[in-house]
Amino acid sequence: MAEANYPDDLRYHDQHDWVRLDGDDAALFGITWFAQDTLGEVVFFEPPEVGTTVTKDQPYAEVESVKAVSDVIAPMSGEVTEVNDALSDSPEQINEDPYGEGWMIKVKLASPEEHESLLTAAEYQKLLDR
Amino acid sequence: MTPLAEAPMQRERATTIYEKSKTGRRAAVLPDAGVPETPIEDLIPANLLRSDPPNLPEVAEPEIVRHYNRLSRRNFDLDSGFYPLGSCTMKHNPRLNERVAALPGHARLHPAQDPRRAQGALELMYLLQQSLSEICGLPGVSLQPSAGSHGELAGLLLTRAYHADRGETRSKVLAPDTAHGTNPASVTMAGYEVVKVATNERGGVDMDDLRAKIAAEGPDQIASLMLTNPNTLGLFDENIEEIAALIHEAGGTLYYDGANLNAIMGRTRPGDMGFDIVHLNLHKSFSQPHGGGGPGAGPIAVSSRIEPFLPRPQVVRKDAENGHGPSFDLDFDRPRSIGRLRGFQGNFGVFVRSYAYILSLGADGLTEASETAVLNANYLKARLAEGRAGERLPIAFDRHCMHEFVLSGRPMKNELGLATLDLAKRLLDFGFHPPTVYFPLLVDEALMVEPTETETKESLDAFADAIEEILAEAESDPEAAKNAPYSTPVRRLDEVRATRKPVVRQSFDAPAAAAATGEADFNDATSPSGGSDA
Repeated sequence: MAEANYPDDLRYHDQHDWVRLDGDDAALFGITWFAQDTLGEVVFFEPPEVGTTVTKDQPYAEVESVKAVSDVIAPMSGEVTEVNDALSDSPEQINEDPYGEGWMIKVKLASPEEHESLLTAAEYQKLLDR
Repeated sequence: MTPLAEAPMQRERATTIYEKSKTGRRAAVLPDAGVPETPIEDLIPANLLRSDPPNLPEVAEPEIVRHYNRLSRRNFDLDSGFYPLGSCTMKHNPRLNERVAALPGHARLHPAQDPRRAQGALELMYLLQQSLSEICGLPGVSLQPSAGSHGELAGLLLTRAYHADRGETRSKVLAPDTAHGTNPASVTMAGYEVVKVATNERGGVDMDDLRAKIAAEGPDQIASLMLTNPNTLGLFDENIEEIAALIHEAGGTLYYDGANLNAIMGRTRPGDMGFDIVHLNLHKSFSQPHGGGGPGAGPIAVSSRIEPFLPRPQVVRKDAENGHGPSFDLDFDRPRSIGRLRGFQGNFGVFVRSYAYILSLGADGLTEASETAVLNANYLKARLAEGRAGERLPIAFDRHCMHEFVLSGRPMKNELGLATLDLAKRLLDFGFHPPTVYFPLLVDEALMVEPTETETKESLDAFADAIEEILAEAESDPEAAKNAPYSTPVRRLDEVRATRKPVVRQSFDAPAAAAATGEADFNDATSPSGGSDA
């Protein structure tokens, strides 16, 4: 994905993560266009194990690019119910399709109300422009 | 610029010495032994003899010479051009030091020589310890650690020994988010946990965050704070005394990463700032060919409360007695020592070169070296604040820097589509080694420039001019830099493939076949950008 893009139907965390709700108490997490662009080409994704608890604002996974290894921060709290196994063979999906094939984990949310505290696409872009 | 025609070095694939091997070729013909030969089977028990001869390349001497000479010419080195690789202190290596190191008494000394027959070498090591002690303002020195990272590990082991001796167990080590990557790595290796401390708007340690982290982890859990001053942004932390007081109050040790010592020699001393443990990179600050992975030296200097735990043996001086002059020895009688950190005493040639460097410059010369390093960095920073660079490559924290400074390529990337990596690659075509890129992580699209004191104003100007030219070129032809370099032995490397599918072994039997299928294409071998030092 060459151009910056922040879909309106997602919510964002200021550490450059997105959330897509799936029903009332589940969600997909991933990293934003800005995050993958800043990292550069991703060469490795180390996911958490299914069943792990993730905590809002805490790291839950690592991405390695040609530049650096970085923590991925959980935008909300919950339990990992699924990880995107395809990323172990093709981590480039994180660059090519950050909001689609590049999703990272699916989480059963512990506190769905945390969703309200996340940024909208417009608010997140304002943060990036600062 | 139109891409150059393929250079001879680009046409020729780099081959390994194994690929040049032909059965039976030899570099030398040895004369017959002057004594009767005993079959090896009579000398070594059958179960210890290998069944097949070792796989060694069989190559004639002229081809060996050509092979390594060719490899050396494919390399960029400090003797070929400006090498402003931030944090690595690529200063000129005075040739005098090489002459001194090559003296037979230095170069041909055997590491197992009895101390009584190696008095000169021990004296040199002792005097080097004294010099480093004076430069750091700390009483105890050990020359054993053989790299900066090794010195860091030593410092953390010393911290643990110090606390254990007081009956304390501490688990956390603080490090700023600008720390050299080796700091958190050493912390983890030593069995501690890293706690990151934020950076304030002036580029120094965020004091509120430091206090908060100490309180959150519990002061009795803080083993140490690892800091380099000036830090990796090239900025001197003005709060160092307050930082030292906070750490000492918590009962932790204050560790100085000496990678940036080149900024302060003779002007201030880590010991005076309150540091307990310092590692020095002799190969950086005290001149030494480096960047090829060694040999290096990462001696440590420590305060008196840490001194009893230093590695053993220590090189010591014994006073004159019974009509004999003073002598030097290895002291193993150090009951609280953390023990040995390596076999023998270290890379002796490095000690000789560094001691020669210290003696030839003297106290005033070392001070001038640091002052000139800071002056050169500030001059280049000012040059790069002009023109296109000033617009597209702004300084990350705008104040006087020490020996290096960090620019951000974010506007360049947004406005010209040129990433910092593209600029770095294009600089190669202008005959410059690129600065360190993408470090520190805190700065977006970072470019970390350390010119050192041994560069002329003309070199610094030429470098600034080259950056201006590359930025101008990108305005009309953004693709030029994106496809750079053009003139180097290999063109742009596929860093993604090198990381995802690294080829780290080559088959002895069929290297060429493997190469043909692309499995062992050594032209594609690469390493991440950045540090030339471990």
